[in-house]
Amino acid sequence: MQKIYSKPKSLRNVKTHYCPGCGHGIIHRIICEVIDELDIREETIAIAPVGCSVIAYDYWDFDVSEAAHGRAPAVATGIKRVHPDKFVFTYQGDGDLASIGTAEIIHTANRGENISVIFVNNAVYGMTGGQMAPTTVEKQKTKTTPLGRDFKLHGFSFKITEMLSVLEPVVYLERCSVHNPVSINKTKRAIKKSFKIQLENKGFSLVEVVSPCPTYWKVTPVEAASWIENNMLKQYPLGVIKDVK
Amino acid sequence: MTEKNRKKITENRKILMCGNEAVGEAAIVAGCKFYAGYPITPQNELTAYMSRRMPEEGRTFIQSESELAAINMVFGASAAGARAMTSSSSPGISLKQEGISYMAGAELPGVIINMMRAGPGLGNITPAQGDYFQATKGGGHGDYHIIVLAPASVQELFNLGIKAFDLADKYRTPVMVMGDGMLGQMMEPIEFQKTENRRQKTENKKNLSSDFYHQTFDKPWALTGCKGRKANVVKSLYLKEGALEDLNNRLQEKYKKISEEEVLFEEYNTEEADMVLVSYGTVSRICKSAAKKLISEEFKVGFLRPITLWPFPYKKINQLAKAGKKFFVVEMSSGQMLEDVILAVNGKSKVNFYGRMGGGIPEESVVFAKVKELLNAKNL
Ligand SMILES: Cc1ncc(C[n+]2csc(CCOP(=O)(O)OP(=O)(O)O)c2C)c(N)n1
Repeated sequence: MQKIYSKPKSLRNVKTHYCPGCGHGIIHRIICEVIDELDIREETIAIAPVGCSVIAYDYWDFDVSEAAHGRAPAVATGIKRVHPDKFVFTYQGDGDLASIGTAEIIHTANRGENISVIFVNNAVYGMTGGQMAPTTVEKQKTKTTPLGRDFKLHGFSFKITEMLSVLEPVVYLERCSVHNPVSINKTKRAIKKSFKIQLENKGFSLVEVVSPCPTYWKVTPVEAASWIENNMLKQYPLGVIKDVK
Repeated sequence: MTEKNRKKITENRKILMCGNEAVGEAAIVAGCKFYAGYPITPQNELTAYMSRRMPEEGRTFIQSESELAAINMVFGASAAGARAMTSSSSPGISLKQEGISYMAGAELPGVIINMMRAGPGLGNITPAQGDYFQATKGGGHGDYHIIVLAPASVQELFNLGIKAFDLADKYRTPVMVMGDGMLGQMMEPIEFQKTENRRQKTENKKNLSSDFYHQTFDKPWALTGCKGRKANVVKSLYLKEGALEDLNNRLQEKYKKISEEEVLFEEYNTEEADMVLVSYGTVSRICKSAAKKLISEEFKVGFLRPITLWPFPYKKINQLAKAGKKFFVVEMSSGQMLEDVILAVNGKSKVNFYGRMGGGIPEESVVFAKVKELLNAKNL
């Protein structure tokens, strides 16, 4: 009998702590599949963020560094400059990347560091209990926007990936999602493309992944998929934002 | 490095450097592979020096977007196994505290240079010693210490600059070299020959560009890709019950060992003295000449200069206190090291203090007069 689906080698055989319907587990797995397919597990150094995925190193079976909240791109810069021949990527939530770490992601991108960034946009601060994130959408209720996000009062949903697109050294940006199988496949292709760009020394790339957080959206995992369709994709349209020439 | 200076070094002649450049060259000599910094006076000469010297040696220089980014880049470079350094002055060092705490928690080596200026807040760019508490008592959040070295000359900035990297690797801890604006910007001749490690190793080596003065350490914990081994993780997060307490206990054991083995100080005439002048860095130069003048007038005065501010020479000062010596502490602060001297003396003797703040520099004549007055009054 032919085995057509199995656990990637780069993914440890352990249970995760993620809530039912959370996107982090899916994205972890896709990353590991890509790393296995590119055969770079032993060359990989990842940087885990502060957020729900802080203990990603308990799930990934390759070298990982923690970073202070938002500083993953700076830590990645240090690592990549010491080991330009290794494969280095950061994995960051929207609070981590688009709020406290805004300066670090922009300047790392603008230096054209040859790294890959996986940016998980779940429109909320998961780890601290569901507060407003920079990416929280209009009217979305969170712990700190109990009446819903009011753009006039709380600022607009932050489009950091679009912002990065104006930086000259940035070679590839794509926004994907993991709310259905077709999207998951597209996300995997995008991540593979980003990783290959680094392996070919082409420079900075980032894949934004719109990802469900049923717990703090207060919906079921099944409803979370349509929540993404109805509430997030208008503000965060999927597709390539910038591509290699 | 200029050809002229390179030639002088190979001929074992002195070269003239400012303190900021000397500590930069120390990093080069110690094999520092990564430097990141953000401009701030009075340490700009160091950032500028590294921007030239690091690429010359095929190493990495980054002018970071902030001090936060710089220290976190150093975190990464160090996690990757390289010797790494950042530098700043007081306001920038406040920003680096986040990264320093994370490095202490993750047990990462790294060197931080602080050329102190006067605060609080933006203060101004004049020399000061107001960051003593911040440097020696932890500085960032959590229960940790870093090693703090306090040079008093350009030569010592160079020597301790090299030593900082060795201590950092030996104990897997951040090490701070703490000077002030005066020390960073003044020029003095330095002798490369003076460094302990070098003396043994340079005999048959004429070329100075490479890293041969320092010790090398294995770093099996470093992130290099997991080829042929289990995956490494660099982290300071410990969630399992008791795990964080275990880490803290391990850190405290390390700090105890450092306190026992790495204390450095300079003393002069302390045995004969009734009164010992205690000071560090720039101020110690003033106190040393005041002490010498007092001695020449037959006053029984000694001089003690902590070189490691953490670990602090508590034992030495306690011994002197028990032997009946009184103390006169001088600082460019409201009396921060003073608290450690009082702790060390532990009520066994009297401690006097003279300090200036906000960029004021204690004058030799004032130190001289104050100590003389105390000694003449006999009720110390
Ligand atoms: C300096 C600092 N500030 C705040 C926190 C608390 N904190 C931890 S995770 C987090 C936000 C995480 O949100 P996000 O990046 O969106 O990731 P998610 O948990 O949603 O995956 C915050 C504010 C912290 N750890 N450090």
